[in-house]
Formats: sequence, C-alpha cells, structure tokens
Amino acid sequence: MTTKTAYETGLEKFNRTNKAVNLLFNLIFIILALLCVIPVVVVLSISFSSEDSIRETGYHLLPVALSADAYVYIVKQGTMILRALGVSALVTVAGTVLGVLLTTSMGYVLSRPTYKLRGFLTWVVFIPMVFNGGLVSSYFINTNLLGLKDSIWALILPLAVSSFNVIICKTFFKSTIPDGLIESAEIDGASQLRIFFSIIMPISLPVIATIGLFLCFSYWNDWFQSMLYIDNQNLYSLQALLNSLMSNVDALAKNAASMGVSYALLVATMPKESARMAVAILIVLPVAFAYPFFQKYFISGLTVGAVKG
Amino acid sequence: MSSTAEPKDKRKRFRMRWHKQDTELTLLALPTTIWYILFSFLPMFGIIIAFKNFRISGGFLSNVFNSPWIGIKNFEFLFKSNDAWIIIRNTIGYNMIFIITGIVLPVLFAIMIGLLHSRKASKVYQTMMFLPYFLSWVVVSAVGWAFLSFDKGIVNQVLVNMGSDPINWYMEPSYWPYFLILLNIWKGLGYGMVIYLATITSIDSTYYEAAVIDGASIWQQTRFITLPMLKLVIVMMFILAVGRIFYTDFGLFYQVTRDSNSLFNVSTTIDVMVYKQLKTATVGMASAAAFVQSVLGCATILIANWIVRRIDPDSAMM
Repeated sequence: MTTKTAYETGLEKFNRTNKAVNLLFNLIFIILALLCVIPVVVVLSISFSSEDSIRETGYHLLPVALSADAYVYIVKQGTMILRALGVSALVTVAGTVLGVLLTTSMGYVLSRPTYKLRGFLTWVVFIPMVFNGGLVSSYFINTNLLGLKDSIWALILPLAVSSFNVIICKTFFKSTIPDGLIESAEIDGASQLRIFFSIIMPISLPVIATIGLFLCFSYWNDWFQSMLYIDNQNLYSLQALLNSLMSNVDALAKNAASMGVSYALLVATMPKESARMAVAILIVLPVAFAYPFFQKYFISGLTVGAVKG
Repeated sequence: MSSTAEPKDKRKRFRMRWHKQDTELTLLALPTTIWYILFSFLPMFGIIIAFKNFRISGGFLSNVFNSPWIGIKNFEFLFKSNDAWIIIRNTIGYNMIFIITGIVLPVLFAIMIGLLHSRKASKVYQTMMFLPYFLSWVVVSAVGWAFLSFDKGIVNQVLVNMGSDPINWYMEPSYWPYFLILLNIWKGLGYGMVIYLATITSIDSTYYEAAVIDGASIWQQTRFITLPMLKLVIVMMFILAVGRIFYTDFGLFYQVTRDSNSLFNVSTTIDVMVYKQLKTATVGMASAAAFVQSVLGCATILIANWIVRRIDPDSAMM
C-alpha cells in the first residue's frame, strides 16, 4: 500500500506540467476565481456603506465610509424584511420535506421490479421530461383551477417534484438496496409503507441528502413563482422582496410608512441603498456558507443523474 | 431446459396476479401521482387554449369549455407581428452561442485545473468558481446594478476617472449581447467544469502511466487520452443542450436586463415574451407562443434523445 502511493506520487511528480506552465495556470485560475467572488464582495461592501457616502460617491469595491446602518435598520424596523426572511425559511423547509417525501416514495415504487403498475408510472414520470404545457396554461391551471394565487402553497407545490430527482432516487434504490432485504421484510409481514419508512429511508441518507440539497437551494433561490403568483407583500420571500426593491428602492419606505411613520421622513432618513444590498446579503450568506460543505453531495447527485437505472 | 421452464412459468403466473404489495405500493405512489396530474398533465391539456379566444375572468373550466374556437388566429397574429422574427433570432442565436461556450470553456478549464500541481489550490479554485451557480438571477441583477448603474455604478466611476463620459448601460443595446454571453459563462463555468472534471478524474490512471513510459508529453496525453475519453460526455451534453434550444433562462434575459425597453431587440426571447404577454393579459399571442415552444421543444428533445440512444444507449432517457 505504502509503496503503491509512493510510486504514484513519484509518477505524478515526474509526469506533470513544468513550473512555468503551472504558474501560468494558477494565475489564470486565481483571476477566474476572483471574478466569481468579487461581485458578491461588492454587494457586501455596499451593504456596509453609509447612505451618505453612496449618495455622494456611488458604489465602491470597498466601503468609503463604513456603516452598519442597513443591518441596524433591518433588526430594528425591518418588519417587512424579517417577515420575508421567515417566508423564505418556511417555504424552504416545508418544500424540502414535502419534496423529499414525494420524490423518494415515487422513486422507491418505480424501483420495485414486481410492481404491476411500474410501466404506467414510469410513463407518468417520463412524459413531463419531454413535454410540458408551457407557462400560460400552467399559470391558468394554478390560479383559476387550483386557487394558488396569493397563497403560500404557490411557492411550495409547483417546485416539489422533478422527474430528474425521481430518476436519481430510482437509480439509487435499484443499485444500492439488495432485493433480499425487502423480500425478507415482506416475508416477515411488513407492509410496503412500513418497509419504505422504517427500512428504506434510514439506509438511504446519501440520496436523501442529495435530493434535499437540490430542493433546498432551488426553494431558497426561487423568485419566479413569487413573481407569477404573489401580489400580497406579506407573502413576499426575500427573493421577491429584493426583486421589488430592485425596481423601486423606495418600496421599503412605502411599506413602513403604511405603518404610521411619515413617508417623506422615511425616504429621507432610511438607508435605502445599503438596505437593499443587505437583503441580497441575507439571501447569499447562508448559501455561500453552506455550499462549500455540501458541494460533494451536489456533484455526486449531478453525476448519478446521468446514469440510467 | 424443461426443468427450468416450469418454475419460470409459475413465477410468471405469480407475477401476473395483483397482490397486497401492489395495493400498498400504489398507495405510496398516489400523492406523487396526484402531483403529476395537477402540475404536469392538466397543463398539457390546457394547451388547447392556444386555439381559443380565451378570457381571463371567471372559472377556468367554464372558460376553457365556453370560449369560442378560433382556429389558428392566435398563431397568425403571432407570426405576423414584427417581433416574431426578433424573438426567434434571439432565442436560437443566444442558445447556439451558449451551447458552444458552455462546452468549450468548461472542458478547457477542467483539463487545465486537472493539471495543477497542488490539489488543495485546485479545490479552492473549484469552490470559488462554483459560487455564481448558487446565486439567483435576482441577486445577479443586483450585482449587475452595482457595476452598471448610471450615476452610482462602479464601471461608470472608472470611466469618469479615466476622463471618458459615463454610459447609460441599460439604454445601450449594443453592449448587451456581450454582457449576456459573459454572464451566462460566468454563472455556469464552475458547474460545467466540475462535471467534466468528474469524468477526467475517473479515467483509469494506467492509460497515463503507459503513455509516460512511451514518452508522451502532457500535451500528447491530453490530446490522445483525456480528450478522447471526454468525447462521449461532450457529445451527450451537446445533444441535450440542442434539445433545449427553444428554452431560455428567463432570469438572465429578464432580471439582469432589468426589463429595460431599450434592450427589447437584444434581450427578448420566447420565455420573456410569453411572460410579458401573460402579465399584460393578452393571452392569445402568449398561449400561441407557449404552444409553439412546447411542441417544437418536445420534438427537438425527442430527436436529441434518439440520437443519444444511437451513440450510447445507456445515456438515453428511455
């Protein structure tokens, strides 16, 4: 074992680009990596700039006058922002739990080779991958028939299931869970529901983590459903709030004014510009801290998805 | 032979009958099946409103049944409009560029990052370059605004400092094709790179060992081992991307451009047009455009899948 690794590193040392090329490549990647991160740093720096400095000198790479006014404002008066944070968190948690249940149960059923309706359900999952009704008809079904307009369910339900995730689950169950395990449970008289919840789920944590992560990020980052279905500001998620702040920076002041404070006063004193970017930071921060740790599951999910079951 | 045929026959009969397990599995699949009916299959039938003079008010079902058939009037209206050509050009044009940049650059950088001496540095670069993938388009739009805003933006400050006039970026269509292409690369590069890198790291190292013994240079190893091993994945990704050529990333074209009217000619794709029409309540044209997108999209996906199956049956969808 030790000789093998020693041999491999020996070969690796021998078989690699020369130092100059390596330096050049490193330089290229440093520039690319910075290009990917700096934009977020800019948003962070604006959120920590004082409102006066933004008004006078504009946005900067680093704050001209450091100030945490935006965050103080959020904690003290930002009921709308805090409520949006709550909506985002609720939708993300509820959606992820629901999505994981719906996806894994379907994946498990499709992975059972003796199930009589397997062929039919495979088509049910497959057809939406190639054909969909399009935005207009989905919109009318969801608003007029299912009554999802201005309902929190409009943010949760439409994103809960994707055929891609179902197929990842099916592939996982088929390739990692031995038939003998399920058969012996069946002989012991366990129902399929029981088998699924007390045998399959506990040993399927890797795939649940992968699907859960996909869902988590897509719920947290979703703004399109809000744009389509939500007009009521009380149901705005952080994304929807940032979206409305991007088109009208005074939206926050307008909302606060409706709660009794003078609108003109708020527009004059509120840290609007930095508060807007602080909302963006509230969105980005959890993601930026979480994804480096979960990257591994993400990649494994993406590569598993390419393998057909 | 006959001795094995008998139990097989029995087993077949056993498999034919409906069992308790089948009932239980059906129950387990029921919630997801209902979801599929409500959110996937009902809209598929709802697509017929493209052939109707559909009104928005009132209940959906009564509207679908009562609104008069008008044949292909909506489509005539759509294709006679001056914008149809611009929208088709944008949708297909941008997608063709995105397909090329979305393959060439990630493959190139995946190979390069695989050649770095330090594994640790490679991991750090990968993680940093993955960040844009996890940002929503609303956040990217805020980032874009920080750079391109007319009076406060960083780019205009640099321009003014260098003595030139500031540019009203959101009013100048000529720059935006480049912005949109660059942003699309920026957002997807880390993700694409990681996908190709996963394939590169799974290549059997004995190929390289043999090549080294034969005296192959790094360039020759890349040219004759890495690239050929990547060929299949590249072809797959290419075909799947072509299959989605009628679909665009709505967020990129709508959010990042801040829906600026001056940029209409360079930023309106089918998805943007459908959304805008839907929001202004002119359902006829929107439903016709959505119908065209669904049907053509379905055809291209099926053709692409058919080609994939001929090249590599394991990678095809069905």
